[in-house]
Amino acid sequence: MSRQAPERPHQPTVQRLRLRYARRGRLRFSSHRDFQRALERALRRAEVPVAFSQGFNPRPRVSYANAAATGVASEAEYVELSVTAVLDPERVRAALDAALPPGLDVLDVVAARTPDLVGRLEASVYEVRLPGADAGAVAAAVEAFLAAPEVEVERLTKNGMRRFDARAAVLRLELRATPDPGAEGAGSGPSGPPCAILDLVVRHVTPVVRPDDVLAALRQVASLEVPVTASVTRWAQGPLVPDPTDGTPRDAVTDPLAPDRDGDGVGAVGTA
Amino acid sequence: MFMSSVESVYPRLEPLLAQVSKPVQYIGGELNAVVKEWDAVDVHWALMYPDAYEVGVPNQGVQILYEVLNERPDALAERTYAVWPDLEALMRTHGVPQFTVDAHRPVGAFDVLGVSFSTELGYTNLLTAIDLAGIPLRAADRDETHPLVVAGGHAAFNPEPIADFIDAAVLGDGEEAVLRFTDIVKEHKRSGAPGGRDGLLYALARSGVAYVPSMYDVGYLPDGRIAHVTPNRPGVPARVGKHTVMDLDEWPYPKAPLVPLAESVHERMSVEIFRGCTRGCRFCQAGMITRPVRERSQRTIAEIVDNGLRRTGHEEVGLLSLSSADHSEIAEIAKGLADRYEGTETGLSLPSTRVDAFNIDLANELSRGGRRSGLTFAPEGGSERMRKVINKMVTEEDLIRTVATAYSHGWRQVKLYFMCGLPTETDDDVVQIAALAAQVIAKGREVAGTKDIRCTVSIGGFIPKPHTPFQWAAQLGADETDARLAKLRDAIRADRQYGKAIGFRYHDGKPGVVEGLLSRGDRRVGRIIEQVWRDGARFDGWREHFSYDAWMQAARTALAGEPVDVAWYTTRERPRDEVLPWDHLDSGLDKEWLWDDWLDAQAEVELDDCRWSPCFACGVCPQLGTEIQVGPSGTTMLGMPEVRRDSPLVAQQ
Repeated sequence: MSRQAPERPHQPTVQRLRLRYARRGRLRFSSHRDFQRALERALRRAEVPVAFSQGFNPRPRVSYANAAATGVASEAEYVELSVTAVLDPERVRAALDAALPPGLDVLDVVAARTPDLVGRLEASVYEVRLPGADAGAVAAAVEAFLAAPEVEVERLTKNGMRRFDARAAVLRLELRATPDPGAEGAGSGPSGPPCAILDLVVRHVTPVVRPDDVLAALRQVASLEVPVTASVTRWAQGPLVPDPTDGTPRDAVTDPLAPDRDGDGVGAVGTA
Repeated sequence: MFMSSVESVYPRLEPLLAQVSKPVQYIGGELNAVVKEWDAVDVHWALMYPDAYEVGVPNQGVQILYEVLNERPDALAERTYAVWPDLEALMRTHGVPQFTVDAHRPVGAFDVLGVSFSTELGYTNLLTAIDLAGIPLRAADRDETHPLVVAGGHAAFNPEPIADFIDAAVLGDGEEAVLRFTDIVKEHKRSGAPGGRDGLLYALARSGVAYVPSMYDVGYLPDGRIAHVTPNRPGVPARVGKHTVMDLDEWPYPKAPLVPLAESVHERMSVEIFRGCTRGCRFCQAGMITRPVRERSQRTIAEIVDNGLRRTGHEEVGLLSLSSADHSEIAEIAKGLADRYEGTETGLSLPSTRVDAFNIDLANELSRGGRRSGLTFAPEGGSERMRKVINKMVTEEDLIRTVATAYSHGWRQVKLYFMCGLPTETDDDVVQIAALAAQVIAKGREVAGTKDIRCTVSIGGFIPKPHTPFQWAAQLGADETDARLAKLRDAIRADRQYGKAIGFRYHDGKPGVVEGLLSRGDRRVGRIIEQVWRDGARFDGWREHFSYDAWMQAARTALAGEPVDVAWYTTRERPRDEVLPWDHLDSGLDKEWLWDDWLDAQAEVELDDCRWSPCFACGVCPQLGTEIQVGPSGTTMLGMPEVRRDSPLVAQQ
C-alpha cells in the first residue's frame, strides 16, 4: 500500500515574476537559507498568491539564482516566483519590500516574458573594500595576479577541499584611483582611515570564483595582507556586453531583466 | 539612528562577525523587534535567554515580557543571548562587551538584566554574560553603576545555587510581576535612589515582588544539612510567594511574535492555550509550580493566531500548554482553526498531547491542513506499576488504542517518550518498554495494513525537582542509569520480529547528574558553578560542550572541607524533617500535601485530576487566592473577520 498525498485543489501557475533585491548593511551576514525562509514568510504576509508544489510537503514555487556568499552585501540578487493570478509587478514589489526586514530590499519586479533568466546572469560586478590596506602593495598584487596565466586557490566546499583556477574567470580587477570612503550602499566599513577599493568583474563559471577566492589569490601571488575587515558588495549581475568590433565579452554587464520589460532600452549598468 | 547617551557597540562588533560561525545570530533585526530611544524612558531592561540565539529567540517567556515592557512608555526592553565561544574569545581580545541584539547596546548600561532559566544548565552562560558585560560576578561586589541581575523562569523556584550571582529572583508568571518590578525601579530612580543599590533591593524584597537572596541567611548543621533560612532584615517576608496571572484573556501575548532571520528551533506561530496542569504527574515540576489551570477562551486563542499569522507569515500554528489536548474546548479550537485556515497551507500542531486525550476527531483536524507533523506521546513510565508510582494515569490499553488511531489515520511514525531512574524503579520496569513498543508495532501493522510503520522510543534520565512530591527522592546514579538503558537497548535489538521497526534514542546519565546537582542544590553549589566556569565550562546543555569530568573536578575543589559532595546532593534520599534549600520559596503547594503524595507514590496509589474530581487540598488555590478556570468559555470563533483568500495584488484588468 502506497502513501497518498492529500487531495487538494491544484492552483496552476499563470504568471512568473522576476525580482531583483538587495542585501544591505548588517543583513549581509544573513545566509541564502535565511533569505529563503524570510521570503517565504514575506510572501504569506504580503498575500502573494504563490503557486505550491504538489505532494506531501507542498513548497512555494520559488527559484533562486547565484546567491551571493554570506557576508557579501549585494545590490543585485535575483529570484523568480510562480504565482496563481496575474499580478501587478510594482504592487508586488512594494508589498514584498514592506514585508521583508529593512536591509532585504526589493528593488525591481517584472513579469517574465523570456526564458532562462539564470542563463543571462553571465558575470558579476563587485566592489571589494580593504580598510587600512597599503595601496601600493594592493596595486602590486593586482599586477602580479593579472600577469599570471593561472592562479590556483583552495576552498572548502560541501564536497571537501577543492582546488581551482581563480584567474581565468576574472575579466577585470582594478585598484580604484582615489579612496572613496563615502561610497553608498557598500558594507559599512569604518570611514576615516585609508581604504583600498578594488573593482572586480568575474565571469560565472563552475566552480564559481568568489571575491574571497580572488583575495586568496592576491595573498598567494604577492603575499598581500588582506584585512579581516574586508567587505564586499556585489553591484550587478547580468549579460556581458559584447565588444562591438569582434563580439568578445567586455568587462561590463547589462540589466538581465531588460528583455522582460516592455520596450525598455538596454542600458549598461555596473560599469565603473 | 538617533543620538543617545548609550552608544551602539555594533561598529566595534561588525569586524568580528566576519570571523565567527553563523554571524546572523548577532545582528538582530528580527521582524517585530522594537528599538526605543534610550533617553526617553525611565527603566531599561535587558532580557536574556542564557542559551544560543537559535534556542533563545523563540522562547515565549522572553517574547511576552519584551512586549509587555516595550508597551510601557516609560520603559524599554532589549534582548541578549549567550554568545558562542568563538565570538566570546574575540570580544575579550577586542574589548567588546556583552550586547543586546536589538540596538547593540552594552548590557552593563541597563538598569536590570532579567534572565529566564528554563533549565539549570544555563547557569555557566549567565556567568559568561555578566562577566562580558563588565558586571562583577558576585552580587556583593556590585555598585550603583551595575544593573540588577534578576532570575526568572522555572529554575527560579530554587535559585539558591546562583544566589551569589543574582541580585533577585522572581517566581511564577512574569506579566504582572515585571510591571510591578519596573514601577519599583522607576520610583527608586525618580526619588534620587535612596539607600543606593541596597535601598532598591530592600524595597523589592519588602514588596514581595522579588526574592532577594542577600536578605536571607542560611545556617547549616554539622552534618551538612540546612538548619535554617531566615530573613536578616525587618519587613522582609519569611517566605516569598509566586506570581499568578489569573485571566489569560487579559494578557493576549505575544501579539507581535519575533521572527528571526536566522533559523531557530521553533519556526511556528505559538499560542499558549492554557497555563498550569493538575494532572498531578509526580515528576513534573512544571505541572506542580504552575497551578492552577487557567484556560484561554477559544475566541482569544483564535484572535492571537489570526493576528500572529498576519504579522509573522508562519506556516504552522502550535497550540502550546503542558498538555494541549486537555483544554476543555480543544475539539472546537482544533476544528475552528482548521476551518479558518483551510486551503491556506497552514499546519496545526499540538506539541504535547496526552495519550488518553488524543482521538480520531483531533487526528483528523490536525492533518487537514495537508501537513502531518510528528506525533509524540509520553507514557513516561515503562510498566503499569511505574505509571502508578508517577501518577501518569495512562494504561497500556489507552496507549495501544491511541497509537492505533494514529496509524490508521495515516501517521507512519509515532514517538514515545519515557523516563529512566524513577523512584522505586527496577531494571524490569524499564525493560518492559521493549515489549510495549513491540505491541505498538504489532497493532500498528494490523491497522495500517502495512509493515512500513515505525515507533521511536526516546528515553531520558529522571531528575528529581524542587516543589514536587519527588523532591525528597534519590536520583539514580549515572552508571546505574547507563546500565539500565543498555538492558533496554539489548531487549529491543533482540526482538527479531519487531526490533527493526523500533528506533531507540537515549541520553547517557552524566548530564543528568549535573542537572540534578543544580536543581536541588543550595548556596554551596554556587562555588562549583563558579569554579567550573573559571575552568572553561560553557553551554552545558550542548553535548559537544558539556564536560562531566570538569564538573566533578570542580565539585571536588569547591566542596573540599565540606561534609557534602555531589552524591549527597543527587543520589541521597531526603528525610521528612530536612529543611530543603527552597522551603522559603512558596509555590503555593503545601509541603505536607507533597509529602503525602510522595508516600502515595511509594504505595502505588494514584490521585485524580482536580478539574474533574473533588479538591485534594494541594494548597495552591486557598494559599494564593486563585481558582481553576476551565471552560466552557461561552465564546466561539463565529463572527471573526474572514481569512482572505484572494490577493490584494491582482493586476487591474
